[in-house]
Amino acid sequence: MRKAELVMASVLGIFSIYLMWKSAELPIGWIPEEGPGGGAFPFWLSAGMLICCVWIIVRGVRRSSPVAQSSATYMDAASLRLFLLIAGSLAVMLGLIHVVGVYVATPLFMLFYMRFMGGHGWMQTGLIAGLTPVVTFFFFEIALKITLPKGVTEPLFYPLYDIFF
Amino acid sequence: METLDLLLNGFGVAFEPLNLGLVIFGCALGLFIGAMPGLGSVNGVAILLPMTFLVPPTGAIIFLAAIYYGAMYGGAISSIMLGIPGASTAVATTFDGRPMALQGLADKALITAATASFIGGTISVALFTLFAPPLAAVALAFGSAEEFALMMLAFATFVGLGGDDIPKTLFSIFIGLVLSAVGLDIISGQPRLVFGDITGFLHGINFLVLAIGIYGIGEMIWTIEASKGEVKISQATVTFRRVIDGLRSMKETLKGTIMGSFLGYFVGILPAAGATPGSLMAYGVAKTISKHPETFGKGNPEGVAAPEAANNAASTGSMLPMLTLGIPGSPTTAILLGGMVIWGLEPGPRLFVDHTDFVWGLIASLYVANLFALLINVAFIPAFVRVLRLPFTILAPIIFVLCIVGGYAPTQDMHDVWLILIFGIAGYLMRKLDYPLAPAVLAIVLGPLAETSMRQALLQANGSFLVFFERPISGTIMVVAIILFALPIVKALRARRDTNSREEA
Repeated sequence: MRKAELVMASVLGIFSIYLMWKSAELPIGWIPEEGPGGGAFPFWLSAGMLICCVWIIVRGVRRSSPVAQSSATYMDAASLRLFLLIAGSLAVMLGLIHVVGVYVATPLFMLFYMRFMGGHGWMQTGLIAGLTPVVTFFFFEIALKITLPKGVTEPLFYPLYDIFF
Repeated sequence: METLDLLLNGFGVAFEPLNLGLVIFGCALGLFIGAMPGLGSVNGVAILLPMTFLVPPTGAIIFLAAIYYGAMYGGAISSIMLGIPGASTAVATTFDGRPMALQGLADKALITAATASFIGGTISVALFTLFAPPLAAVALAFGSAEEFALMMLAFATFVGLGGDDIPKTLFSIFIGLVLSAVGLDIISGQPRLVFGDITGFLHGINFLVLAIGIYGIGEMIWTIEASKGEVKISQATVTFRRVIDGLRSMKETLKGTIMGSFLGYFVGILPAAGATPGSLMAYGVAKTISKHPETFGKGNPEGVAAPEAANNAASTGSMLPMLTLGIPGSPTTAILLGGMVIWGLEPGPRLFVDHTDFVWGLIASLYVANLFALLINVAFIPAFVRVLRLPFTILAPIIFVLCIVGGYAPTQDMHDVWLILIFGIAGYLMRKLDYPLAPAVLAIVLGPLAETSMRQALLQANGSFLVFFERPISGTIMVVAIILFALPIVKALRARRDTNSREEA
């Protein structure tokens, strides 16, 4: 836990410095008769983040916080595998949305998750994975009139558009 | 009398067929969300907010408020039947609810929880009706200095009363505020914090992106990891006779229920506190004032009634500052507040003047939601018990897809969906190290308002920071906020002095 605490605080600290540098693209000083410049608000808040990170690191080094004293593992092998599978499959689904669209990417994701991670039968998996895009289409495209990304599958939807719009 | 007229008008709005349907649907959905371990009102409201674009704003917020309410009832179901709290707000309900279920009294525990929730909800909505109009009237006189001071107070409560690690709480507040500053600078109009010149950042980071990321993706991964392994579900048979018996035995728990209702309501008003500490405190007080404190923890119905009344009362309490001051009283109301901004309703006291139909329709709908949550809960207990058997490997992918598609809907930009995933992963990794994430969600909602009010107040005062302290109301609030910020430091110093003097002795 202590190692994870130190790594996390360091990463967040570096991120804070980046944010401070980025905020400084706008005036961060005091503009007379007006108040703080546009970059001041995020600049000083990022400085606050940095101070918090330093505070957390100092406590971690001195072992004076509950997390730094805890001997529990941050993530065991099983948790790590689960986390990578979930985060990875979500990222793959998002990537696929750009290429083949929501209506192909989401059922593929659900198929993977329910069949291979959940171990549910083909019947159950297929039914839920097949129904979800249909419900999604009617709710978002027809009722809310929000066009979801379809990628290369766009032409397949032209007949449907003709029916509903 | 004027209040009564407005409330009657509100009932007119709440009983419109569409709104009534939304209340009933929202309650049922809320019960389901609350009953599922790992899903609470805040997850439900964050994930489902984009779906409410289908109906007008009043209907949308009535629906989300009904989910909030239903989830408070539903949390008790898994606390009692599984011994796992359905949401953090129902932790205290497990202490006596689970022992009752193990003794074969699951049905009695469920009915006690439902009726106590109903009483807690009703008392708190009545208190709300009484307090909201005068508070809004006072708040009408607030200028930007007071608004900023109130937001400082909201953040200060997290530091002074939140009970989480101090530097991590502060970090969470800061990062929420910084993320809210991304986009165009509100005063000069210059682009700000546009990372890597990606155009998607120009329209800013919508609070929903962070809320769905944290509560829809991050918390879900956390729950999936935490809920590995099998659990035992208790049996409950509910017949009409047993319901009547349960209602009859209400007398014994009435004292704790009423105490829990008042306590929960007032704790709920504080932004950092809310339903979870409210229900834990109510449990503690109920035990202290009970004639048989030794029976607590062994299946005393009073130990179920007090926290259940308190968590429902707290959910209403947290709406008071949201509607009257524009300061959310809980993470869930923070998301509701952000939703109001999307729907074009400016939160704050002007609502009571400009949108009376909306405000009173919402208040009246809370009375209605309370009644329906009770009826649906008691009538469908067996159905909700079956819901608990629904495996997470089916529910989780559905929720993930809802998050992705729902996250795309407001801005229709894949950029936001990628951000949801990034925030979800970061939120999960940080949550494992005990970083509290609710302050960040509150901060990203309040951030734009806080910066605007601060800079407006400074512009009017020619850049003098004293403006926040010179005005009487703003000054008082700022002083209270500073005391709250300093509270943990004082506590830490005192603790150190105590250990030092002990070592010397």
